Amino acid sequence: MATLWRFTLFLCMLLMACGGLSLASKEAKTRSSQTETGTHNTTEEGGHGAGPITTLPIVTWKWDHISVQYLVALWVLVCWLCKLLIEANHNVTNYIPESALLICSGFILGGMIWGADKVQTFSLNPTVFFYFLLPQIILDSGYHMPNKLFFTNLGAILIHAVIGTCWNAASLGLSLWGCHMGGAMGDLDIGLLQYLLFGSLMAAVDPVAVLAVFDQVHVNEVLFIIVFGESLLNDGVTVVLFNVFDAFVSLGGGRINAAEIIKGIVSFFVVAFGGSLVGIAFGILISLLTRCTKNIQIIEPGFIFVMGYLSYLTAEMLSLSAILSTTFCGVLCQKYVRANMDESSVQTVKYAMKVFANGSETIIFVFLGISAIDKVIWVWNTGFILLTVFFVFVYRFIGVFFLQWILNRYRLVPVELMDMVIMSYGGLRGAVAYGLAVLLDEKKIKEKNLMICTTLIVVYFTVILQGITMKPLVMWLKVKRAAVAEVSLLEKITNKMFNHTLVAIEDISGQIGDNYFRSKWRHFEEKWMTPFLMKPSARKKQDDVFDVFHQLNLKDAMEYVTEGERRGSLEFVRNDSAILDFKKKLESEYTEAMPDIPPYMIHDDGNLILIAPLEIYLIRKLADHIPSVSLEMHEQTMKAMREPEAVDVHHLLDQHLYKSRKQYRHGFSRSDFKINRDEKEVQEIFQRTMRNRLESFKSAKMGVSPPKTLVKYSKKEQAVTDSCNGREKGHPKYGHLRCSTHLPFQRVKQLGKSWFKGR
Amino acid sequence: MFILFESLDRDNRGCLSPDDFEALGGLAMNPIGGRIMEAFFSSGQDTVDFSSFVRILAHFRPTDRNRNKEGAQQELPSSRTRKLKFAFQLYDMDRDGKISREELLQVLRAMLGLQVTEEQLQSIAERAIQEADLDKDDAISFDEFKKSLEKTDIDTKMSVSFLK
Repeated sequence: MATLWRFTLFLCMLLMACGGLSLASKEAKTRSSQTETGTHNTTEEGGHGAGPITTLPIVTWKWDHISVQYLVALWVLVCWLCKLLIEANHNVTNYIPESALLICSGFILGGMIWGADKVQTFSLNPTVFFYFLLPQIILDSGYHMPNKLFFTNLGAILIHAVIGTCWNAASLGLSLWGCHMGGAMGDLDIGLLQYLLFGSLMAAVDPVAVLAVFDQVHVNEVLFIIVFGESLLNDGVTVVLFNVFDAFVSLGGGRINAAEIIKGIVSFFVVAFGGSLVGIAFGILISLLTRCTKNIQIIEPGFIFVMGYLSYLTAEMLSLSAILSTTFCGVLCQKYVRANMDESSVQTVKYAMKVFANGSETIIFVFLGISAIDKVIWVWNTGFILLTVFFVFVYRFIGVFFLQWILNRYRLVPVELMDMVIMSYGGLRGAVAYGLAVLLDEKKIKEKNLMICTTLIVVYFTVILQGITMKPLVMWLKVKRAAVAEVSLLEKITNKMFNHTLVAIEDISGQIGDNYFRSKWRHFEEKWMTPFLMKPSARKKQDDVFDVFHQLNLKDAMEYVTEGERRGSLEFVRNDSAILDFKKKLESEYTEAMPDIPPYMIHDDGNLILIAPLEIYLIRKLADHIPSVSLEMHEQTMKAMREPEAVDVHHLLDQHLYKSRKQYRHGFSRSDFKINRDEKEVQEIFQRTMRNRLESFKSAKMGVSPPKTLVKYSKKEQAVTDSCNGREKGHPKYGHLRCSTHLPFQRVKQLGKSWFKGR
Repeated sequence: MFILFESLDRDNRGCLSPDDFEALGGLAMNPIGGRIMEAFFSSGQDTVDFSSFVRILAHFRPTDRNRNKEGAQQELPSSRTRKLKFAFQLYDMDRDGKISREELLQVLRAMLGLQVTEEQLQSIAERAIQEADLDKDDAISFDEFKKSLEKTDIDTKMSVSFLK
């Protein structure tokens, strides 16, 4: 708690300083304009061009130079500190969504600034919002969009986005106009067209708000994707409606005839499809680019961001839908980017995107709060405001229920009633509506301030009130929550099989269904897009099941590293069970592969511990290629052999080791009939042997109880093992090896060499 | 449905034979087309008559959740258990009631064979069995299969809409 108070105090001081600085900057600006006539400056001015200096200044106050940048950085810092404060106490965030709390902190900050300045110096500037804060959020949404889910429900999403938004806009505009005509709002100077314009900017469900609120509620994925997809795709409609009505307002009521209306409808298609095409084009460009960036892996991630931003700006430049463009860019490129780029680059992109998106979201909400504390914009008209809130709420419910009822007829799994309630309740308005409202031209629309106020109030109503009550409502209505997705291989395989089965059944019944299209798309993709957009090396690993397998392996590898570090000390591994099968395999296979590394047995306290040749190989490998690795890692792989997944760790290590092996040269060949063999061939055999061995390790371990006998290997090795036994039993060197936690690389090399030379 | 049956039945014998199925080009391209065909011809028969045809296809009806929540659910061919049983049969070619590693490998090979190497296939099969195999008999029985898929939404995944 003490730290919390300290933080708050620091924040307040920061804000005072900020307010003071801005005030100072204002004063400085006014003063500098006064002093420009020639009177010499005080030291507060600093900077050149402010007047002649009389002596060499050691340090000058250069506020003017960096005022803009400083304020920007300071505000970003302040917003993120607010988030820090809010997240300090998890009890609060369980009940009140973070976005609501951020808006409240925005109120507080705005109040402080207002108190210091007597005028609201800061507010959410539409330019800053639309060009600097929104693009990264949309790019993040597109890049992390669950594609399969999205495209499965695309029909529903599109219907809701297009028809739903149009319905919202039209109904709101017309009802308000009706009420105006009926006299419920008193004396307002707003015509029908202006009402429709207001309706169109109010109609759009906001992706930022939806993400912020639904993030904490975890509803089931179908519900989420429909609402979220709708909030993204309705931008196409919003842009069109807003521009069309804006133009109509400028043209004036008289000039609107059928031609204009038709043009309006056509512009919808152009804007929507044009925006998507721009996005797809940029998505393809990104994929192609990542295909060739193998040599500059260090800045590879940057390309995604730059190109994503360019897609946003390009669409904006062509007056198409920028949000649609960025969304489709992300949706398209995610698969190819993840396949083409190196693992570390993929992680970088993922985390950097999250940082930018989340950071922007925070800033947006704080500034939404700050913008409210401004006396200039507040015009209160009870009728207008309350009616708007009411209509927005009600028409959303009507629209969603009606559309979904129609859609449910065509759905395989109909959306339940409770889900529909949440869908309607989740129609949150946010910063996009506010941004559009501020963009209104006040010369044409006299009541701009009223509209801004109303928009702000609606935004606060939805984000704060509906946000707070969303979670309780979800729980009360017993809406199906998101299943914790724990993926298992069998599930994945069976899923795949189901897909194939369904295609077959559709074939048999001669009907064309969903699955037919999906399999056709998959074929098309595999044949044309993947070779074009994906690196050849990446293409081989493209499969769902293999992906899952790889992920599970990685997860286990990570777990073992952390587990091993936690345990720390060594444990001797009992590997006797492996010996039985080992014998069979060894006799036939590995002797050709690596006769010069016989199996190596250590007798230790009555247990037999096996260091198979492959382990020795591993030791050497690890030592040579990763100089400072401790042999503890080896211990852990050995110890880990007990558990089933360990084999995958081994597998994983093996795969990586295999890659580096190409440079490694064997320095210890004992027999000379090995020399003519091709290195690669030897590698292959060894590889195969190791795999088979791991296979047998596992199978042996599962069923066979470990015997405690010393197993003699093939006769060839008999001599070797006998001669070594003497040394093995005592084990000064290798026992030493087992006991030490850190054996420097040199020592291992020494040991290895001496061991082999010594024979 | 009968019209469909008739259109498939090329030689108008009143029942379907393997050739009729093979005539469907798409089925030939399907990696597990052969298995699906086998599923239609149960218990070693050579032909499929109309009733069994319908019975098999009935597995793919979407489950009607709202009706009869009582025990009657179990008997419906489209119930979840029946669907799972059908899927199980697709794996279990020799009908011994268990999916052995070999059988799993065969399915994997058919579906993934081109992209993944043999060792990786084996590892995948190995791991899949380990995950599901609770009684450690190195094979997956029907109950284990059902258990491992309890989180999956079988109803959506194994239903075709026009069969409602």
